[in-house]
Amino acid sequence: MTVRISDDAVAIACGADDVASAFIAAGVAVERVSSWGMHWLEPLVDIDGIGYGPVSVDQVADIIKGNTPSLGRIEDHPFIANQTRLTFARAGKTRPLSLDDYYASDGWLGLARAREMGAQATIDTVMTSGLRGRGGAGFPAGIKWQTVARASGEKKYIVCNADEGDSATFADRMVMEGDPFMLIEGMAIAGFAVGADKGYVYIRSEYPHAIAKMEAAIKLSAHLVAPFVVEVRVGAGAYICGEETSLLNSLEGKRGEVRAKPPLPALEGLFGKPTIVNNVLTLAAIPWVLQHGGEAYAAFGAGRSRGTMPIQIAGNVKHGGLYEVAFGITLGELVHDIGGGTASGRPVRCVQVGGPLGAYIPPAQFHLPFDYEAFAAADALIGHAGVNIFDDTVDMAQMARFAMEFCAVESCGKCTPCRLGSTRGVETLDQIIAGKNVDANLALIADLSETMKFGSLCALGGFTPYPVMSAIKHFPEDFR
Amino acid sequence: MATIADILAEHKDKEGPLLPVLHDVQKMFGHVSEEAMREIAQALNLTRAEVYGVVSFYHDFRKEAEPRPVLKLCRSEACKARGVEALVPIADNQSRIKVEAIYCLGLCAVGPSAMVGEKVYARLDGAKFKTLLEAM
Repeated sequence: MTVRISDDAVAIACGADDVASAFIAAGVAVERVSSWGMHWLEPLVDIDGIGYGPVSVDQVADIIKGNTPSLGRIEDHPFIANQTRLTFARAGKTRPLSLDDYYASDGWLGLARAREMGAQATIDTVMTSGLRGRGGAGFPAGIKWQTVARASGEKKYIVCNADEGDSATFADRMVMEGDPFMLIEGMAIAGFAVGADKGYVYIRSEYPHAIAKMEAAIKLSAHLVAPFVVEVRVGAGAYICGEETSLLNSLEGKRGEVRAKPPLPALEGLFGKPTIVNNVLTLAAIPWVLQHGGEAYAAFGAGRSRGTMPIQIAGNVKHGGLYEVAFGITLGELVHDIGGGTASGRPVRCVQVGGPLGAYIPPAQFHLPFDYEAFAAADALIGHAGVNIFDDTVDMAQMARFAMEFCAVESCGKCTPCRLGSTRGVETLDQIIAGKNVDANLALIADLSETMKFGSLCALGGFTPYPVMSAIKHFPEDFR
Repeated sequence: MATIADILAEHKDKEGPLLPVLHDVQKMFGHVSEEAMREIAQALNLTRAEVYGVVSFYHDFRKEAEPRPVLKLCRSEACKARGVEALVPIADNQSRIKVEAIYCLGLCAVGPSAMVGEKVYARLDGAKFKTLLEAM
């Protein structure tokens, strides 16, 4: 009997360590593996492929005796069976820090293929795959890599943006805690392709488990990626450092203030050197792309959004977790068919897609396909593909106020529209919530939002108007 | 116990060592004092203003030690959708524990969630949250 229990942060926060200890105390060997991503079932216990969950310590004895009803084969669970897992192919199946498991599941084949075909062919493969930056901006990864490869200079850097600060997102965390070698392999391929020998993973300090796993994995795999060297750097609680130029300043040991662009980081990035800054999910997709070829990856998806997207279903949802699927799936399918509606059992009022800077979307728009362009056309953004579900008890005026408040707390202070606009936004929304001069103040918010949208240096000030204005547009009754 | 000089020595070969140094100082002493900032500035050939600017920019660094135990409660959208705001009055009705807002622990489908040191807690409700606070 092999008992497998995840050791990722969600499982641990739900009590997985105690459950694992109870099995061990009963004389059963436990393997700690990555999470399948079915978060409502954590701690999920996997016994020879059959699942039990969520398991509490007092159920352990009965499970061992075979007296507990199971969930059936985990791989056949509709939540898993209906996914297209390329990046998360190993989720639930391998021990995160086992090089043996990684080798046995096609690990390092992408890097080997890259070394075999050469740097330019590697970049061409990424270009062909149509892979776009998964951090939110959706910039084609191949073009960024080509720019860095062609930039002059001896010293170049690969920077992995693991400052996953958006609420309702956890895919980066799951990659780092569940399959850290895949990320290291992706970074090594990037380094090989553009001629960089040093890579940094900038991980937020709110992710201690991810930091520990990445540091351990880097030590274990150093000889396999050499001469490329990877180092973890830890953020310090600033949301803005998820913005790539703030992140670079932070890595350099400075205040995490946004830099004006141009120059692009691809030409003048870390310490002024040409730098690839890619999100965890972008780099994590690379080994698959190299192993199977650009065309194979591009065969998935819709329109100009190619490949798969690890979508994170979160908030007030019955079946929340990691759902990797080709682009093109609709919001309604994600919320109702896969997510199963709200955890509270109440009607869904809206979803917020793309974190604190993403628009609130009402059920009337649940036909929207998950696609960068389709979302942009609807004044929304995919961002890092977090889908946060709210039931009908949500007060949208409070959520709009929170968007401004969050921007005020996290603004780096460099540009005026963001620094001052967010604080004025909170004050004005307070007036509206108190019922004072509502029409005039709503006009003021619309005007302020325009200024922030077009006048801010980066997406923090520039996109805060999305949640604010979408809340006002779709839920005007909450502002009266 | 390591001194600031030890910490500086450990990071001397790093590119851009200021954040790693400040993290270690914060961890070792519970805060980054005025004297520590002077010593760090001197060693890294920075001005005191530059070091102060960095310390004051990031939420993780404190200029004064917090005498109380600290619990970080996620107040982000996903935890709001799952009812974290109902826990806030419980935090406000006591003063023994410092309850700070944090924005996202990446536990967004199992919130409300909290972190104490490096330990994470999920699926908090009123009773569990009270128990957690009392056990600290």
